[in-house]
Amino acid sequence: MLPNTVDYYRASSVSDALSVLKANPDAKILAGGHSLIPAMKLRLNSPSMVIDIANLSDLNYIKEEGGNICIGAMTTHGQIAHSSLLAEKLPLFTETADVIGDVQVRNMGTIGGSIAHADPSADWPAALLAADASIVVTNGDDTRSISAVDFFVGFFSTALEEGEIITEIQVPVPAAGTKMTYQKFMQPASRFAIVGCAAMAKVENGVVADVKVAFTGVSDGPFRDGNVEAAISGKTATAENIASAAAQAASDVSLNADHYADEDYRQHLARVYAKRALTAVCR
Amino acid sequence: MSNKYIGQSVKRVEDKRFITGQGRYTDDIVLPRMVHAYILRSPYAHARIKSIDTSEALAMKGVVTIYTGKDFENINGVPCGWQVNFKDGTTMREPKHPLLVLDKVKHAGDGVAMVVAETKEIAADAAEAINVKYEVLKAVTNPKEALAPGAPLVHDEYPDNVAFDWQIGNDKAEVDAAMASAHHITKLDFTNNRVVPNAMEPRSYIGDYDTAYDRYTLYTSTQNPHLIRLLMCAFVLGIPEHKVRVVGPDVGGGFGSKIYHYTEEALVTWAAKQLRRPIKWTSDRSEAFLTDAHGRDHVSTAEMGFDKDGHIVGLRIKTYANLGAYLSTFASAVPTYLHGTLLQGVYTTPKIHLDMTCVFTHTTAVDAYRGAGRPEATYLLERLMDVSAHEMGIDPAELRFKNFIPPFDGVNQPGYQTQVALQYDSGNYKAVLERGLEMLGYADFKEKQAEARKNGKLLGVGFSTYIEACGIAPSAVVGALGARAGLFESAQVRVQPTGKVSVYTGSHSHGQGHETSFAQVVADKLGIPLADVEIIHGDSDSVAFGMGTYGSRSLAVGGSAIVKSIEKVLEKGAKIAAHKLECSADDLDFADGKWTVKGTDKSIGFGDVALTAYVPHVYPANLEPGLDFSSFYDPANFTYPFGCHIAVVEVDAETGKVTIKRFVAVDDVGNVINPMIVEGQIHGGLAQGIGQALLEGVIYDENGQLTTGTFMDYAMPRADDLPMFETDRKTTPCPHNPLGVKGAGEAGAIGSTPAVVNAVMNATWHLGVSDLEMPLTPQRVWRAMNHK
Repeated sequence: MLPNTVDYYRASSVSDALSVLKANPDAKILAGGHSLIPAMKLRLNSPSMVIDIANLSDLNYIKEEGGNICIGAMTTHGQIAHSSLLAEKLPLFTETADVIGDVQVRNMGTIGGSIAHADPSADWPAALLAADASIVVTNGDDTRSISAVDFFVGFFSTALEEGEIITEIQVPVPAAGTKMTYQKFMQPASRFAIVGCAAMAKVENGVVADVKVAFTGVSDGPFRDGNVEAAISGKTATAENIASAAAQAASDVSLNADHYADEDYRQHLARVYAKRALTAVCR
Repeated sequence: MSNKYIGQSVKRVEDKRFITGQGRYTDDIVLPRMVHAYILRSPYAHARIKSIDTSEALAMKGVVTIYTGKDFENINGVPCGWQVNFKDGTTMREPKHPLLVLDKVKHAGDGVAMVVAETKEIAADAAEAINVKYEVLKAVTNPKEALAPGAPLVHDEYPDNVAFDWQIGNDKAEVDAAMASAHHITKLDFTNNRVVPNAMEPRSYIGDYDTAYDRYTLYTSTQNPHLIRLLMCAFVLGIPEHKVRVVGPDVGGGFGSKIYHYTEEALVTWAAKQLRRPIKWTSDRSEAFLTDAHGRDHVSTAEMGFDKDGHIVGLRIKTYANLGAYLSTFASAVPTYLHGTLLQGVYTTPKIHLDMTCVFTHTTAVDAYRGAGRPEATYLLERLMDVSAHEMGIDPAELRFKNFIPPFDGVNQPGYQTQVALQYDSGNYKAVLERGLEMLGYADFKEKQAEARKNGKLLGVGFSTYIEACGIAPSAVVGALGARAGLFESAQVRVQPTGKVSVYTGSHSHGQGHETSFAQVVADKLGIPLADVEIIHGDSDSVAFGMGTYGSRSLAVGGSAIVKSIEKVLEKGAKIAAHKLECSADDLDFADGKWTVKGTDKSIGFGDVALTAYVPHVYPANLEPGLDFSSFYDPANFTYPFGCHIAVVEVDAETGKVTIKRFVAVDDVGNVINPMIVEGQIHGGLAQGIGQALLEGVIYDENGQLTTGTFMDYAMPRADDLPMFETDRKTTPCPHNPLGVKGAGEAGAIGSTPAVVNAVMNATWHLGVSDLEMPLTPQRVWRAMNHK
């Protein structure tokens, strides 16, 4: 529970952080510290230096701009949970933020830090996938935008390249009438998701449209569940149709297993939670 | 005597320093020239040490020295404090528990080397640089598997992994005959899951040696400083007891895990003299999971027999208790004298037999954890009661009323002699169940349950009517049963010349609030303000002797010792008062802090008498000056708190997740000094008991690795896992101690666990569920409901 000796650098700006990162390729970017610090204390991760960007205020904002909701990478889960803009325009995000960890974690942990870490049981990836979010990253010279589907590559693995940091999460403002939810079955010790299901849909004349269903916790990385989406898309939003679509969930992914939930049970839970999430957004 | 404080929810005086961050725990203590220890621990559960190379680590800057098992080859290990014999009378097996392992590690976390360095960080880095070559061996972690022929041996000298076997109760043949006559027998296999105590403050020790006086000081986060001194001096290091001071400063929770004498206490004390420098070791959380003594871990088959009217005719149990790799201080007492003796429960069961086998495995030592043996007994009995009721189609509350021991107060009616050695002091078991049913609204509940079922909701209710033996314990009794220590308590009441009172108690608070509840007793008995009383504990240099705090004993035993000393103070005070008032002591009444000549308004206050005792100018002849008395109190019997816990749960039919909707607890802990503190103790105990039922559970993998070794994997109960507790009390005073108190520390953890499991069973019984293994994780409940 004691980390190896590590240098600490508090960055004054994004470009400062990037230049120090460039000069110290073994360094790690420190955001809220709720993934990196525990790993360092267990000596699973021993960077030579941590570059602290948690206090960069130019990465801390929630705003609406050009049809997008834009969230700075250093915005905390707590700030997101309490945002009135998000509560109105993108309640999926307030709902997701509200079930991350506990109050202390939410007050320290950041959305950028969480998605950079890409824990396969973290909550944000499911929400970002269901919301068609993009992740804006920069290396100082170039800035690019990566869709969530391309960003989450797999087990603790993202499309971030060496020398890049996340600056912003962009989400298209959902069309009027879109309903959305995040339903989570949590591991009681870690409070990470055993199954987290984010869903968005619009029901027009009783027919389900624009449906997106994404999971976290179920497999080695988060994923959009095309089988469920296809099974309910264009169908009337009846309990029977929802149940039969949900029964398709997590059918062709590798399933996580641990002492708390083995493969069978996890797949069962994915289907239960798909049903609950679809019921919430379709009915 | 006044009644200003006793029975009042006085706010805890110690909380000001705790809440404002001024509590002083061992790790807060910094001594000049202090060095830091880090213990390199075995990553394997079972392995032979082929070689240890410390050269690279020793060469690191800031490293002072490194000790290994070789340094302790000729030093004793830490002892077990309770001798239990095999059924055939031979002594239990007591393997050496060395301060550091010499040849073979026996559980993951066994200490292999101790690095001493200028900082803890350097010590940790150096420990990583030690090169230990291991020959990894097969491990066994389950007690029944450890008994199988060919199982890996924990101690090569004990070829069957048995620590000892033991039995209690009626003659086995009589019990078998009673069971053969039974109209109905309920038979169940049980696993009482192993749990990690997880006190908030990790264990921490500082050893210090004063060359000038040839004197050691050990600062230790312990529940009983004097016992640690005794065990360490007499059994491990062989140093003279009067040359050792043991201080237990503020301690952040124990739950049993800080009763025991741990290797690290002896290591830092020994090393302090070697190095002539103070040395601190503080466990980190991962080490605490691996090295704090664990709790529970029984595997049982239990049968309860009934006649056709639902009266219990017999109870027959076979249990395998996992003691871990070494015998911790009270490990042998927990599954025997603290467990088998409680199998009478609150019922008139005429024939009882327990056959116990205690087993070594390649796991962390198991010892007393909040309740200690009694929760395991309660779990068996109360699960059997609810399952039997369901099987026989009798209401579980009704089945209990049929079988309760009738009320007895221990004064007008004698105590109740059980079939398993104990004599209960006083009890009124039906009263707590009646009150519990009333609070629950049981009649209405049954309607609600039927309604919920119709709506597809799985609502269930579960009962537990428990009893425990607390106030541990009469020394002669426990001595006859193998305890290697007395279990009395000491107290000194020192009245200062100004009438202020310092009380030195051998009890040790690690969260219980002694500084408040003990002071309430003293203030009322002497008729002085609470602020005039200070409770001092935890320092062997100031407190004469002490047996510490565990087994819900502090008030019943330690409080009684204080009362004895107060009686002596008042007796002598009366003599001084009589002299001043020019009357006979017999003519005086003591009330509200003053002695008054009967029938007059002539009086003298406690403060004046105290001053006179220390300025004895006008003073009785042949009376010593001073007002300062010590007492030792050895209880006549255990105390027997009891209660009724009722859980109402809802099970999610789709996921198996259990939600506790209501929890009713009616506890009878005898007289109560501070209701708020008692309620707090009950709440904490309930949380731990419910935690065991639903969340907590140690898992070892097939190699003996602790897979639940962090708070990311091991689920502790949190506030949002628990309902608002509905508590009430009944009061059946203890007839044999001066305060009439019984003890409240463990009740919640003893009664609550089976109530929760019974409620889940009740909710799912119609789906064919009777067998549920704790912790009741959603996956387990879902599998049970779906027979998967």
